[in-house]
Formats: sequence, structure tokens, C-alpha cells
Amino acid sequence: MTAAPLHLLGERLMLDPSGALWWPARRLLAVADLHLEKGSALAARGSLVPPYDSRATLERLIRLVRLYRPDRLVLLGDSFHDRTGAARLGQAEREALATLSRLTAITWLSGNHDPGAAEEAHEPPLTFRHVPRGRTGEISGHLHPKAAVTMRGAWVARACFVADSRCLLLPAFGAYTGGLDVRDPAIRGLFPRGARVFLLGKDRLFSFPLAAAVPLSEPLAKAMSRA
Amino acid sequence: MTEPRPAPPDLTFLPSPLAAWFTRRGWRLHPHQRAVLEAARARRSVLLLAPTGAGKTLAGFLPSLVDLAAAPRPGLHTLYVSPLKALAADIARNLECPVAEAGLPITLDVRTGDTDQATRRRQRETPPNILLTTPESLALLLSFPDSTRLFAGLSSVVVDEIHALAGTKRGDQLALCLARLSTLAPGAVRIGLSATAPWPGHLAAFLSADGRGTGVDRIEAPAGAAPAIEIRLPKGPLPWSGHMGLMAAEEIYHLIRAHRSTIVFVNTRAQAELVFAALWRLNDEALPIALHHGSLARDQRLKVEAAMAAGRLRAVVATSSLDLGIDWGEVDLVVQVGAPKGVSRLLQRIGRANHRWDQPSRAVLVPANRFELLECLCALDGVREGALDGDPPPQGGLDVLAQHVMGTVCAGPIHPDQLYAEVTRAAPYHNLSRKDFDDVVRFVEDGGYALSSYDRFRRLFRDAEGRLHLADARAARRWRLNVGTIVEAPLLKVKLGRGFGGATLGEIEEYFVSLLHPGDTFLFAGRLLRFDRLRETIVECSPAQGDDPKVPAYAGGRLPLTTFLADRVRALLQDPARWQSLPPDVAEWLDLQRRRSRLPGANDLLVETFPRGGRWFLVAYCFEGRNAHQTLGMLLTRRMERAGFRPLGFVATDYVLAVWSAEEPHDVAKLFDEDMLGEDLEEWMAESSLLKRTFRHVAVIAGLVERNHLGGTKTGRQLTVNTDLIYDVLRKYEPDHVLLRATRADAARGLVDVARVAVMLRRARGRIVHMALSRVSPLAVPVLLEVGKESVATGEGEDALLAEAEAAQLIAEARGEAEPPAATAPMLRGDRPVHPVHRANVARDRKRRRGGIALGTPGRATLRTIRARRQASLPLPE
Repeated sequence: MTAAPLHLLGERLMLDPSGALWWPARRLLAVADLHLEKGSALAARGSLVPPYDSRATLERLIRLVRLYRPDRLVLLGDSFHDRTGAARLGQAEREALATLSRLTAITWLSGNHDPGAAEEAHEPPLTFRHVPRGRTGEISGHLHPKAAVTMRGAWVARACFVADSRCLLLPAFGAYTGGLDVRDPAIRGLFPRGARVFLLGKDRLFSFPLAAAVPLSEPLAKAMSRA
Repeated sequence: MTEPRPAPPDLTFLPSPLAAWFTRRGWRLHPHQRAVLEAARARRSVLLLAPTGAGKTLAGFLPSLVDLAAAPRPGLHTLYVSPLKALAADIARNLECPVAEAGLPITLDVRTGDTDQATRRRQRETPPNILLTTPESLALLLSFPDSTRLFAGLSSVVVDEIHALAGTKRGDQLALCLARLSTLAPGAVRIGLSATAPWPGHLAAFLSADGRGTGVDRIEAPAGAAPAIEIRLPKGPLPWSGHMGLMAAEEIYHLIRAHRSTIVFVNTRAQAELVFAALWRLNDEALPIALHHGSLARDQRLKVEAAMAAGRLRAVVATSSLDLGIDWGEVDLVVQVGAPKGVSRLLQRIGRANHRWDQPSRAVLVPANRFELLECLCALDGVREGALDGDPPPQGGLDVLAQHVMGTVCAGPIHPDQLYAEVTRAAPYHNLSRKDFDDVVRFVEDGGYALSSYDRFRRLFRDAEGRLHLADARAARRWRLNVGTIVEAPLLKVKLGRGFGGATLGEIEEYFVSLLHPGDTFLFAGRLLRFDRLRETIVECSPAQGDDPKVPAYAGGRLPLTTFLADRVRALLQDPARWQSLPPDVAEWLDLQRRRSRLPGANDLLVETFPRGGRWFLVAYCFEGRNAHQTLGMLLTRRMERAGFRPLGFVATDYVLAVWSAEEPHDVAKLFDEDMLGEDLEEWMAESSLLKRTFRHVAVIAGLVERNHLGGTKTGRQLTVNTDLIYDVLRKYEPDHVLLRATRADAARGLVDVARVAVMLRRARGRIVHMALSRVSPLAVPVLLEVGKESVATGEGEDALLAEAEAAQLIAEARGEAEPPAATAPMLRGDRPVHPVHRANVARDRKRRRGGIALGTPGRATLRTIRARRQASLPLPE
């Protein structure tokens, strides 16, 4: 896994291909939108999807924490899929969370799906919060950015980071989290002067200008790429 | 249904009103109809194998008519199941005639997806004597708690077109429903109606109450007159390649003119459009020629069918959408354009001409290229010998079983032991292991995961005796909304004009649209259309001018060559004595191949390699059908990559596979080693999107995710959680979960045809004949002509593509062709409490309600030369 450096307000940040942000100077690791217990939330509504999403998400997170050994882990909100999600955690998942908190200090920010310890975390010059407001120095999640590119007739879509020189949007980290097209006004509007997207690969990130992203619908993307 | 005969009636079997009606019509019973009647009287089930036109349907209903005429009674007496809604409705109309004219005290009614709520309710309260329905509607009926009462008096079950259902998922569902019926109405006899089929034993098993064929009499109608089939070649030398057969348009037009009514069968929808347009270009007499294929809007198709039934059309150009269907007595010629791909299919299609079994059906085969000619000849031999092909039906799908288990519990509590005994009486589940059954039941109960965390969300619970009960009544409603085994690919609506006011012409697969550039013209629904843009799920088009459409290579509806026919083609190639019957240019072509390289043998695998245009080509003559060749191509290119031959791409036809590479491939026999199917296959299947697509279908049918939600439908893309994500998680944590097992079984027998690749590799082991040539061989020319038309790039990972795209972008930036993003402060925006996904949906819904304006004028001309002669101007009933 090779993380890519990103300079934001003079700070050197590393974007990890897993979708996490690593800030070496502060030994701070951040991830967004875990949506833990989304599987059981669906199960409660009759759709018995595999119950391993929380486990998958936490295992990936623990692996990252063991790798970077952060002093602090910031969870950017929507860590649980709903307000009662924490109560539904299974035994193994509780233990995984306990392991995680032994390994590092965790800051739970609130999301729109779940309450947290705080709305924001200020780490000058940066601010961590769930819903982006387009402010300078802002690190946020909430929007689940996902981008697609075409190459030689093939179409590839991945979750991605979106960044300009002032702020950074993190991809959703949870196993059952879908994505919102970076071409959606909600994302594009945050970056009126353009941005770069960093698509998550197996071992590294792939960087493109936001403008190079094609629609998340494959046929539409192909039709447009030849227009 | 029966044919008028001059012979005096022998109708002593029939009760007097029915006998009188037969006499008035001057009809008498065919021997096989009497045999069915006798068997049913002895309360034995019957499988009637008869060619089209032999009075099959009447044979199926006669026992019921006789019974009810002799002893009228209220309640459901006979259940008729057909694969087609239209067929059920048509049979009902045909039955009403004798019932009314003979004054029989019999009520009958149709119940399909088109039946309204009020009628459905009435049917359950006061059931008709004879109910005509489809497998899906039957499954729904059986899920109601009152099904016990409804079916208790059932005396006869008639299954029509049973050969078209057995071996499919709909067939699996029907077999399970029949097993349920044998519990609810153990005394009911079953009458299966089938075209002449290659596996009558399997069909008898399908029909039987024990899944083994016990208690089913097999009655075969005499074969009837042998069809008169000829092969018609277009003028001039036969093309090397190409599948459209347009060169023969003039021949076909003359045939249409010389006959009363013709069905022109083609193999793909694109071909249907092209042949239809070519015929109209020649149609100076403005003969009513129509078009019929699965992508056309439903009402369009219905109009064409009605016009055909009324004898108002001289010809219809059709795909397999018309392989099955109601009888059209007027049809006196069937033309098959392109290779038939299988003997049984050819017979089925030929049978659509002249539904009089004692007169020969007339058919003309028009091959489009040299290989197709060989295939046509072999198919003709097959027809002459009465040799039928087709694979024996596979094991039933576990996803369908899951749907059935839930449906059964919806009707009332049942013990798993009883249910297991019941479902193993259905032929497709005859060999179902108790473990697989228990896993399926557990899946229905609580998801069946090793981690038992969904205990509180169970759909079923067990009582003290261990019987399964429904935990929540809403689950039954959800199940009924999602019943059925047909999962459609996401379809896009084709509209003429902009906005939501445009006329809908039909629906096409996403894949088709991905091949179009805005401004491209293509033929659809018999019109020349210009692709303007894609808006959400709507393909907006405008009428286009000109004669030169660009129809993309469209895989829709393509059928793979059967093993049987492939073997025959191989045998023909091996036997120069039989080449005399070939046109001189084709015989010469094969002779040249024999001298330049060699001919593919019956049991070996010929592989040629040769350089051409700076690349190396490897051509393997496998004759296993496109799907199998595609799979083999994926695996082979992986292996060639590892061997350092740098493969660049491949193309697969029904007959051969061609791979091209930067380096010369050597040690070719090793490339085809059988162990390719081990790790390579696993690895490829895991990475390919194919398994994910298959999993989506399995997940929908099994009820893991819903396609219809209480209070609104979602499109294929918007299933609650993306099934791709579920697949990844499940594969990691429970690779042996019952749904993944079902997925792998489906994939192996479906699109990838792994079984055929395996058999081929095993057969060819030690018998690979490698010919290293200095130039292209005659037999390789056709496939090389396909290169570029529909080749597939080699199986590089997505990440490699991303890296390449990234590099291309960087280079563009360095050259100043693309701007790097500016680095300035973003605009300030207010807080947004609403999640943007929700907002986007709300905005879309609002737009949808508003309605738009159509800019395209439907009346404008399409193809200049066929102006005013389109499908739209045909005398179709409104």
C-alpha cells in the first residue's frame, strides 16, 4: 500500500488507498462514514444481508491503526448507520472496538445518522467535521464521493478522495456504503475552481482532475466519452 | 385445434353434447387424443409429445370437458399452466367456443399478471371449473392460506409447452408448485403437452408426482409429414464472414411474394432490424411486412401478433420472441436467415409454418456465410434423421427453492421434514441433499449465516413440533410483490423526442446504448433513429434521415451453437466425400485448407499459429460455441501473459477462438493444459464481473434483496445495498454460503459454459495438433474478418487500466492539452441538512411528475426510400 502525499494549507497529509487520511506531523488518522451495523439495520427491515459488514469495516480499520500507530483516530461521523446501531453490535465487533480503543485514542464526531462526542475537531490549521461547508482547512465526509474514468473503452468506478488546495473530502470507509457521483452538484459545488480526485486502488491511488471524471453510469459514461 | 376430416366420426367416447358438436363440425378424434382420454379415464398422467398442429391442446382439455359435461360441479376442476400469458388467453378463447356451442355447463377463466385485483379476488372466492394461468401466478395462488381449499377438488393439471419450461428457473418454480399440488390434490392427473423433444424421459419426470416419471404414460403422436426444407444461397460466391444475411434479401422478398404468409426468423435483434429494413427497401408492392422482437414496446408486439393472427400480414421478421406462441393457421412458409444453432430450435421454428400436421411444413434456410452453410447442412441432416439436440435439464436452482420455501410457509405452517419430502418429489430437486435443503431453509429463516446475529430479525420461527411459521405477516406481502424468477437486465426506454412526453418505442439493454455516440444513427422498431442523449433511464432519439444506419454489434438474443450440431459440423469437415454437396467455392475453400494446413479432426484440437501484420495469431478450432470460447479466451490470454507472449486481444465465434499477441506463442499444447480450469478459472471468476452479475440475480430470486418494495419499485441499480458490496463481504466471511454456492452453479452452467470448456480440454488432452504456419490459413479467414468488429481486450486488471488512464491524463497535462486544476479558495456555502442523495431523488421525482415536451415529430420520414411504408403505416388493429 502506497499512500499519496497531499499538501493542504502547508500541512503534509498522506492519503491511504484504503480511504483513510494520515497526518504524520500530528500522528493523526481519520476515516469517514463507517456506517457500522448497516447490515443489521437492513435486516430489521426484512432484508437479511450478510451480517459481516461491521466486522469487515473494523478489521480493515484495526489493520490501518496497527500500521500507522496513530496517537489519535478521528471518526468523521456516521460511524454508526443509525442511532441504535451501537446497541446492535455483536460480541466480536465489540471486542474489535475495544481493541481499537486500546490501540489509540478515538474521537467520535457526530454525523447526521448518529450522535458523537463533538460536532467538530479543530486541529489548526485544519478542522474535522462530518458535513462539508466548503470552509478553508476543512476535512469532511458525509458525501461518499465516488468517481469513474474510462480508458480504451473500459469503465472503472471507485470510491475516491476529492481535494483542492483548501479542503479535502474523504471517501466512505464502511463495507456497505455506496457512493455519490463526484459530478453531482453537491460535491462539485464544493470545489468551484476544480479539484483532484484520488481513486482508491488495490495498492495505490490514481489521481485525476475532477473534470476528467465520467458519469457513474457506465453506458452514459461511454456515450459521453465519445461525444 | 383439430382438423376437419372427411372420415365418419367415431365419437362413442364422448358425452352426447360434445359428440354432437364434433359431428356438427365434421371432426373426429385423432388416435393420440383418444389415447389421452383413455389414460385420463384410468386416472393415469400423460406426457403427450406431438408436433405442432396435431391438436395437442384439445387433447389436454378433452378429459376435463368430458368429465365436466358428464358430471357438472362447482369449484376448480382443471388447472392449465402455460409459459406465455398470451397463450393462456388464446387457449381460453378457443375453449369458450366448444363450451358455448355444445352448451356445456363449464366455467373458465384466465389468471395472469395482467388480471385485475377484483377478478383475482373473485377467482379465489368462486373459482371457475377451468383456470388458465402461468407459473408465476400459480406460485402466488399457492402462497395464500386458502389454497388448500381452492385446490382440494382439483382433478386435472395441464402443463403446456413443457419442453420450453423444463430446465429453466421458471421450470424449477413450476416443478415445485406441482409438488405442492400433489400434496394439496393427490388425486389430480397431470397432462403434459410438449413438442417432440430430445429428453422425453426428463419431461416425464418433470411431470410426474414423484420426480422420476412414475405413473406417466408417454404418448407420441405420429410424426406427421416430414418438413420440406431447402437451403437457398444468395447469388454469387458465399461470403467468408458476416451474420446478417442481407445479400439474400431479394431472394427472401421473392419468397414472401410467392407465399400467403411468411415468418422470417433471424438470430439477433440487430439482424431483425436490418433484414426488415432491407426487405422494405425492395418492397415496391408495399406488401404488409412487420417486425417482432423482444425489445419492442409490448403494445407494438401485441398489435403485430393480432394482425398476424387475423391474416392481415404477408410476413413478419422475428427473433426467438416468436419461437413459442399461438397458432397462426395462415403461415405457409418459414424462412430462417443465418445458421439455426440447433436442430430442436430449427424444428420448433419450422413448426410455426402450416399447423396442419399431415401436410409438410415448408421452410427455407438462408446461411449468411460459409461456416453457416456447413451448419445449415448439418442441421438439415439432423432434421432428416429426427435427431434432436439440447442439454438435459440441470439441477434446480437453490435460489428458486428459497423463494418456494418462503411461499409455502406464507400459505401456512409446515414441518421441514414434510417440506423436504415434498420438494424432492419435484424432478429438478430429486437429488437435493438434506444439507442443501436445510441451508436454504436456514437462509429463509434468518439469512443462514454462521454468525447467528439475526435471531431477532427472523422471518420464520419454529413451534414446539418444529413446524415453520411466518414471523411477520408483512413478510408475506413483500414476498408476493417479489415472486417470480425472471430478473431483467436494467433496461432503458427508447423515446422519440425530448422530455417525458415523447412516444416510447420500446426498451433496450444498457449495453446497447453504451455502444452509441450522440449523433449516431441506428435502426430500432423499424425506424432510423438518431441517438441524441441519455437522460437517466431514457434514451432520447429523434427521427433520422438517410439510408446508412450504424447498427452496433449487438449480442442481444444470440444463441450458442449446440454441442450436437458442433459435432456434426466437425464430422462434415473431416469427410471430403460429402463436400460434393457443397457449392464449388466452399468445397474449394475446405480443400485449400487441407493442403495449406489441415482440417480439424473429430477428436483432436487443431491450433494454428501464424504471423500477420506485425502480430502473432493463434487460432483454435474448438467448435464449442461463443460462450465457451469467450471463457477460454479469458483463461488463455492470462496464461499467455504469464508465458510472456504478450497477448493483445481475442475474438470468439461459435466455431473458433482467435488470440493475437506481440510475441510468437510456442509450446502451444501446454497452453491448453486442463489445469487451466483450476486456479486460473477460480481467480478469473472471482475477479470477473460475471459472478457479481449472477449473484445479483440469485440474491433477487432468493429474496435477499427486493426488486419491488412496498410502496414503490426501484430500478436494478438501486437495490437497497449494492449487491456487489454484499458479494465481496460474503465471499470474504462465508465463501460457502448457500447463495454463493447457488451463484457458482448458475455461472458454471450459464454464460461462461465452463462445462463445455472442461469437456473440450479433456477430450483434446494429448491430441492438440499445432500447425505453425507462415501465413493465415483459409479456415482462419472468417474469424480474422471478425477481429476489430467485436474483439475483447485481454484480461488486464482494472487497476492497470486506472494506471494507464492516469498516465494518459498526466501526459495531456504536460502537453498543455488538459488544464491542471486551479488552486483557489472554494466558494462559501450554507449548511445542508438534507443528504444530497435524497435531494437528488426528490428533484428527479419532481421533474418526472411535471412532464415534458416532445420535440421529435413521430410522423416524419425515417429511411428516405421506405418513407410512408413503415411498421406504423401497416394495417394494424388499434
